[in-house]
Amino acid sequence: MNLLVLVKHVPDTETRVKVKPDGLGLDLADANWVMNPYDEFAVEEALQLKEKLGGEVTVVTVGGKESEKTLRTALAMGADKAVLCDDPAFEGGDAMTTARVLAAAARKVPFDLILAGKHGVGDDNQQVGSLVAELLGIPAVTVVTGLEVNGSDLTLKREIEGGTEVVAVKTPAVVTCQKGLNEPRYPSLKGIMAAKKKEVATWKAADLGLDPASVGAAGAAFELRKMELPPPRPAGKILAGELPDQVKELVKLLREEAKAI
Amino acid sequence: MKVLVFVEQRGGKIKKASLEALSAGRQIADGTSGSLAAVLLGQGIGALALEPAKYGADTVYVGDDALFAAYSADAYGLAAGKAAQAFGADALLFAGTAMGKDLAPRVTARLGIGLLSDVTAFTLDGGVPVFTRPIYAGKAFATLTPKAGKPFGVTLRPNVFPVQEKAGAGQVVALDHGVTPGDVKAVVKEILTAEGGLLDVAEANIIVSGGRGMKGPENFKILEELAQALGGAVGASRAAVDSGWIDHSHQVGQTGKVVSPTLYIACGISGAIQHLAGMSSSKVIVAINKDPEAPIFKVASYGIVGDLFEVVPLLTQAVKELKAKG
Repeated sequence: MNLLVLVKHVPDTETRVKVKPDGLGLDLADANWVMNPYDEFAVEEALQLKEKLGGEVTVVTVGGKESEKTLRTALAMGADKAVLCDDPAFEGGDAMTTARVLAAAARKVPFDLILAGKHGVGDDNQQVGSLVAELLGIPAVTVVTGLEVNGSDLTLKREIEGGTEVVAVKTPAVVTCQKGLNEPRYPSLKGIMAAKKKEVATWKAADLGLDPASVGAAGAAFELRKMELPPPRPAGKILAGELPDQVKELVKLLREEAKAI
Repeated sequence: MKVLVFVEQRGGKIKKASLEALSAGRQIADGTSGSLAAVLLGQGIGALALEPAKYGADTVYVGDDALFAAYSADAYGLAAGKAAQAFGADALLFAGTAMGKDLAPRVTARLGIGLLSDVTAFTLDGGVPVFTRPIYAGKAFATLTPKAGKPFGVTLRPNVFPVQEKAGAGQVVALDHGVTPGDVKAVVKEILTAEGGLLDVAEANIIVSGGRGMKGPENFKILEELAQALGGAVGASRAAVDSGWIDHSHQVGQTGKVVSPTLYIACGISGAIQHLAGMSSSKVIVAINKDPEAPIFKVASYGIVGDLFEVVPLLTQAVKELKAKG
């Protein structure tokens, strides 16, 4: 089974964000950039499927040269091939323009199954996996916490409010991965050394047959008006006194002042 | 602007988040001299067809078919796309529920239009909708506007927009959906309900959350009791989930669910930045923690510095007494 994994290079979740002086973007210069946490589940699942069924694992991302770090992480975990879709025309895009690039890349890589994280932390769109599926004309099953393969039949568990849906689908398909699906491995020293020797292919818009007007800022559907930090929360009350009295006071405040209960 | 709202029903009941989306859609339609339509899919849902009109729908496209008995992104995506085309929609609104988040990108990709996820506020600027959405799980907010003249989609965060009753013309139209059994590639075989049928944090108005201070899985029982007394859901921090004390579906934070309930009670949660990002837009926050220096107190509306194992049972008792009084 050949597996294609969509990954993204993102600031880690400890990042404190700052708004740029022009108010039209974030200053993330101090951030520690890593593989999107949900993509780790996708890479791990791909590696487990390859170990069970054979085939090849290819990882692909859209981003600048710095995104190679995340591709190297995936290679060190055990992925076979990596593709960096890097072109100035891709900059300033949104989920849809990113999906156009990834779908074009997918057409050049033989795959049975595409795996991706359920969402990319940061932009928090939770769109790309589904968009790629629709662009490729194949089904998508999102927010998956369980996956079983039997030939070309997949049985998946996906998280919904207050429960789980059990879904059956045939390959080719896109599956987006949620925490709980597996425990991602850490790259071994041997894996890290091997990854250094593996080649990362770079594909540009022309290599992918993409019209530059359909990708990046030119292809994006929305314009950013401003970026801001959330307003600080008003100072709260720290209660005092004996605990039982504090609890009584709290219930009174929640009912009468906050009208929350 | 012609606004189409996807109205979600499960088990013959329309989701509150969809009523919120209809109310928001009505406002956008009114502010742009437009009209509002709804698309409702399911099987045996005829009785629900007039419901969206109470919240402003002028037209209700109804797809009542065995193919829509269970949710399927394939069938629902095709049908919602057909409704958008039939109506000539300029804007598509979805509630940002599990179904909405799964469905919206399938529909917008099919229509070749853009999609803005998880919108928490909007205004109208000279007839142009301007949307605000959190990014980095709420560490920052982006305000965006659709490029001129281009149709677009948005998903709206549940529990943020008010439900407003306002009668629409309510013309019911049987949707010519054109979906065939062969279109349904991913098939829902069954739905397993979570243990105890507890409310999901994403839908709850009140959340009682536990962190590292809970010390073990057995202690979440006291949070369940408080949540039950309040009619809320139980949440958890990443520390509690990663320790294996509670299922990930309860996790609140940047790698869990981002929530905006009326009341969030954080018990034994220190307030790591990735947790704060996921809950600090809650209307009222209560922090219960032994450590007076815990960062959670910086975002709390009310704080009790004390042992949660003493405070929580007292609080449950006090809430029960209050509810008994009515």
